[in-house]
Amino acid sequence: MHKLIVAAAAALTVLGGAASAQESIKIGYIDPLSGGGASVGEGGLKTFQYLADELNAKGGILGHKVEIVPLDNKTNPQESLVQAQKAVDAGVRYITQGNGSSVGAALEDFVTKNNSRNPGKEVLYFNYAAVDPSMTNEKCSYWHFRWDANSDIKMEALTNYMKGQPTIKKVYLINMDYSFGQSVRAAARKMLGEKRPDIQVVGDELHPMLKVTDFSPYIAKIKASGADTVVTGNWGQDFALLLKAAADAGLKVNWYTYYAGGAGGPTAIKQTGLENQVFQISEGVPNSGNKAAMDFEKDFRAKTGISVWYPRAVNEMRMFKAAAEKANSIDPVKVAAALEGMKFEVFDGGEGFIRKDDHQFFQPIYISSFGSLADKAKEPFDEENTGWGWHIVSKIDTEQTMLPTTCNMKRP
Amino acid sequence: MTNAPTPSIAAAKQEPGSALSFYGVWLLAAVALVVLPMVFSSGGSLTSFSLIGIAIIFALSYNILLGQTGLLSFGHAVQYGLGGFLAVHVMNAVASHNWPIPLPAIPLVGGIGGAAFAIVVGWVMTKRAGTVFAMISLGIGELVASSSLILRSVFGGESGITTDRTSLMPLFGWTFGPQIQVYYLIAFWVMVSAIAMYALTRTPLGRICNAVRDNPERVEFIGYDPHVVRYFAYMFAGFFAGVAGGLTAINFEIANSAYLGATQSGLVLFSAFIGGTAYFFGPILGAILVTYLQLGLTSVTSVWQLYFGIIFIGIVMFAPGGIAGILMKHRPLIRAGTLRTVIPSYLVAAIPTLAFALGIILTIETVARFSGGDPIKLLGIPFVATAPTTWASAAVLFVGGFLVARITWRRVAEAWDRAATVARDRGYLA
Amino acid sequence: MAELIVISTLNGVLFGMLLFLLSSGLTVIFSMMGVLNFAHASFYMLGAFFGYQLTRWIGFWPALVLAPLLVGAVGMAVERYGLRNTHKHGHVAELLLTFGLAFAIEEIVSMIWGKSPVDYRVPAALDFPAFTVFSTNYPAYKIFMLVVSVVIFIALLVTLKRTRVGLIVQAALTHPSMVGHLGHNVGRVFMLVFGVGSALAGLAGVIAGPSLVTQSDMAAFLGPILFVVIVFGGLGSLPGAFIASLLIGLIQTFAVALNGSLASVFGPLDPSLGASPLTDIWNVTIAQIAPILPYLLLVLVLIFRPMGLLGTRES
Repeated sequence: MHKLIVAAAAALTVLGGAASAQESIKIGYIDPLSGGGASVGEGGLKTFQYLADELNAKGGILGHKVEIVPLDNKTNPQESLVQAQKAVDAGVRYITQGNGSSVGAALEDFVTKNNSRNPGKEVLYFNYAAVDPSMTNEKCSYWHFRWDANSDIKMEALTNYMKGQPTIKKVYLINMDYSFGQSVRAAARKMLGEKRPDIQVVGDELHPMLKVTDFSPYIAKIKASGADTVVTGNWGQDFALLLKAAADAGLKVNWYTYYAGGAGGPTAIKQTGLENQVFQISEGVPNSGNKAAMDFEKDFRAKTGISVWYPRAVNEMRMFKAAAEKANSIDPVKVAAALEGMKFEVFDGGEGFIRKDDHQFFQPIYISSFGSLADKAKEPFDEENTGWGWHIVSKIDTEQTMLPTTCNMKRP
Repeated sequence: MTNAPTPSIAAAKQEPGSALSFYGVWLLAAVALVVLPMVFSSGGSLTSFSLIGIAIIFALSYNILLGQTGLLSFGHAVQYGLGGFLAVHVMNAVASHNWPIPLPAIPLVGGIGGAAFAIVVGWVMTKRAGTVFAMISLGIGELVASSSLILRSVFGGESGITTDRTSLMPLFGWTFGPQIQVYYLIAFWVMVSAIAMYALTRTPLGRICNAVRDNPERVEFIGYDPHVVRYFAYMFAGFFAGVAGGLTAINFEIANSAYLGATQSGLVLFSAFIGGTAYFFGPILGAILVTYLQLGLTSVTSVWQLYFGIIFIGIVMFAPGGIAGILMKHRPLIRAGTLRTVIPSYLVAAIPTLAFALGIILTIETVARFSGGDPIKLLGIPFVATAPTTWASAAVLFVGGFLVARITWRRVAEAWDRAATVARDRGYLA
Repeated sequence: MAELIVISTLNGVLFGMLLFLLSSGLTVIFSMMGVLNFAHASFYMLGAFFGYQLTRWIGFWPALVLAPLLVGAVGMAVERYGLRNTHKHGHVAELLLTFGLAFAIEEIVSMIWGKSPVDYRVPAALDFPAFTVFSTNYPAYKIFMLVVSVVIFIALLVTLKRTRVGLIVQAALTHPSMVGHLGHNVGRVFMLVFGVGSALAGLAGVIAGPSLVTQSDMAAFLGPILFVVIVFGGLGSLPGAFIASLLIGLIQTFAVALNGSLASVFGPLDPSLGASPLTDIWNVTIAQIAPILPYLLLVLVLIFRPMGLLGTRES
């Protein structure tokens, strides 16, 4: 299989891309498809398959069909490495993954080692959602590209928005006790302190990940602290249960979140009736007002039954195509070189680019709030059949999201 | 339980020429380990072989507890994981200090890590057997797994600690970068560990472990403290689990908190039990099967966990001796030469049983893929989950297969009884 | 301070009662049959999903009755066709059977209802704040959960200790053949006990579903803590489970309320020491480790008092 691809790639360079109907480009999709994280992983898989179909309908990439190879990693780093190795053995040269920074870090390490030990069989890792800042800082790798804003960038954007909100006086931080939660908390403290020294951080809580059944005690603490705003990176049931406990206790605060829109989040917000009190920071919103994006959203929902939760995946696949065409090759080494520093018109409009120093993609970021949709013509999309949807509260431009990196990139 | 099952290979010892067959088995295994990667040389099979090798050591170490000593542990991955972590730390230290320690010695470090933890907590854990031990092991497992996320400087949080196996001193020109070299390293340790663990079952300690499993009270009467015996068993199990953990760390070049978790503990329990805990080679079969299923099933079906559950329930209910138990049941028949009288009834039973199994698979996949998904490919025939013809074939296979299989298995039981009677008459225990 | 104590106590009791609701069925099965049912949390999950489905079809109150009955029926089938055949192979085999069952049930549930959480809501009749303490609302639904737990505790105690049925069940555990000779169908007694235990789990599921998240991994989420409760309280002791539930509920709640760490008591460590396990331990707050405290308790109790708080036998 390997030889075939190499041969195909060689033939391609000789023929200058004229050949068609060659071996397809396989993209190994490594994410949970069973177990606890499966609902998220399946959403991602549907998204990538839809995107592959979209590319193939337009003739694929340089005449190659794009094929998504689903690989179940059960959100386990070790299993991910097994799956990655399996994929590479079967001739996959591009892998994509998003759920879990622990998996992301393991895969980043895997591609780096694999590529230095097997020259000529390089593998690229396209990261669409693992947001641990270290992956583009101290642990950065030439073979890794990240399309999602890392958690520090999101916090930079979020605090740039909060800076202009005079009603915010007392902030409470509650996060899951793992690297992502910790980086959210550290970044929030640092950036709020710089931008709004008058804001008081009245609480800073870390709770064990996916182990808490009852958040009432935490809510009691938030209440006792007198906070008016809560910032949280919680996701999944840790978010849903937190919100439920808050609503039960009648806590009236604004919630600034990273992942309120994740599976189950909108349902929980609707259940608790916290209209327009839950904010989310993301790189795209269904009701963005961008015509092309909204048409895409409509068709995507009709075909897959879910909403576009990963606009970054759209950017990733479209940029992959653009880079391959720019390099006139599907060889990972050449595609990687073409991706470096590449500028691109993103899904929801506006320009983004991949920074050469750390392979982080920078893009406009949106703050949106969740509630009933007044104007169905302008904002047609609701979430999880709740009748409520996201509307844009603020757009933060690409320049406002830039952060320095400590990456010391080792180039091949 | 006076005639507690003894390891199979030893049984051969009483017969003439047994030494040859005894060493022959081990020699054959060694040759197989060497030759395997030459026959199946693709990268994928190398990865699988490496994982299977590690799983074999891990499952065998678990069986020191469950099979030999009768201790049901729900936290065996703790020793495995700690061994892995220690191995990674030592590898990093060796690389940064340029100590002259080659990679093949690292699993020993893992073993020491596993054993050290067992020595520390084992004394209080093994005070009691049975449910109390099972629950303590569950509690310790949860505790260590959770603490590993708190003690970040040692365990590296949930992203774990990485290492580079090629940064150690090369041995005979081997850098251990390519998977094939890692495979041979693992194969070497599989052989060494298996021999060591087998030897352990032949020592007085191994024997007294069996006695503690079967009747701790009588062990006390003859002057042994069952607590001490359990403690030793726990230590040895911890050591070999640590070896497996160290090998995993070498194979993946990473150790993280998932190594210590309940999933890993559950898997090793599965492996040992499915393979059969009563025989030494049982867990080996189990480890091969479970690892293979784990690698293979996940790419075939999204509901692999359900198949796992069903296989496990099936084994517990119908073959509590595991695969090894089934195989060893045929031993007296083979020796008495009456196996051939049973085979026809097996063949007859196989057809409806297969149909029943296909019916189960088709039913499950139909439900799983009803709301979308690729068509089901069974024996090369595509089935569409929403088509009534699929439902009908599933129902026919399921119900028909079940009814006919029940009749044929009764025939098997009858044939079996006849053959066993003859075998008994000819003087072979059955 | 008074506010935090009052509220934490209330929250602790409420959470403890939920734990008891979940663990009562497990304790009943264990005390009667000696089987540690690993699939108990799965029956709880089945209860929640049956409750959700029936609520959509016929409303919450009929579902509250029907769903536990359905789960009980499933439980009886498991006993009749599974456990009874495995019994002869010993308790380990029985335990492993339920272990496999837990795997299978989780996958079946996610096959039918999907892997995302379902929208299972508190019934409108109970969706209001019952009372307010220190400006914190306590929803009526939580009070309802509390009442149900207490009622079940009393009902179970009375049934087991004071009625004829309870006596037969207890006798069947220790002297099955004698009870059989007296003309009782021991097999059926066990089947009923298992059914009742499963139905209790189902009831817990129907009630806890709307207040927690009803999702296909909810069993794995709560399973381990239930074992802590029943082992801590003493295997097979209903009052023990009751006390243990309350204790664990209170401990967890109060631990969360405490922000203290070694660093806050003794002051921060010298930064020149660098990162080490010591700094990790030094800086971790009690609130951070609250949810793992139950496991610590479990281990400690088993080491110093293997029969648990009120237990009478070890296994």
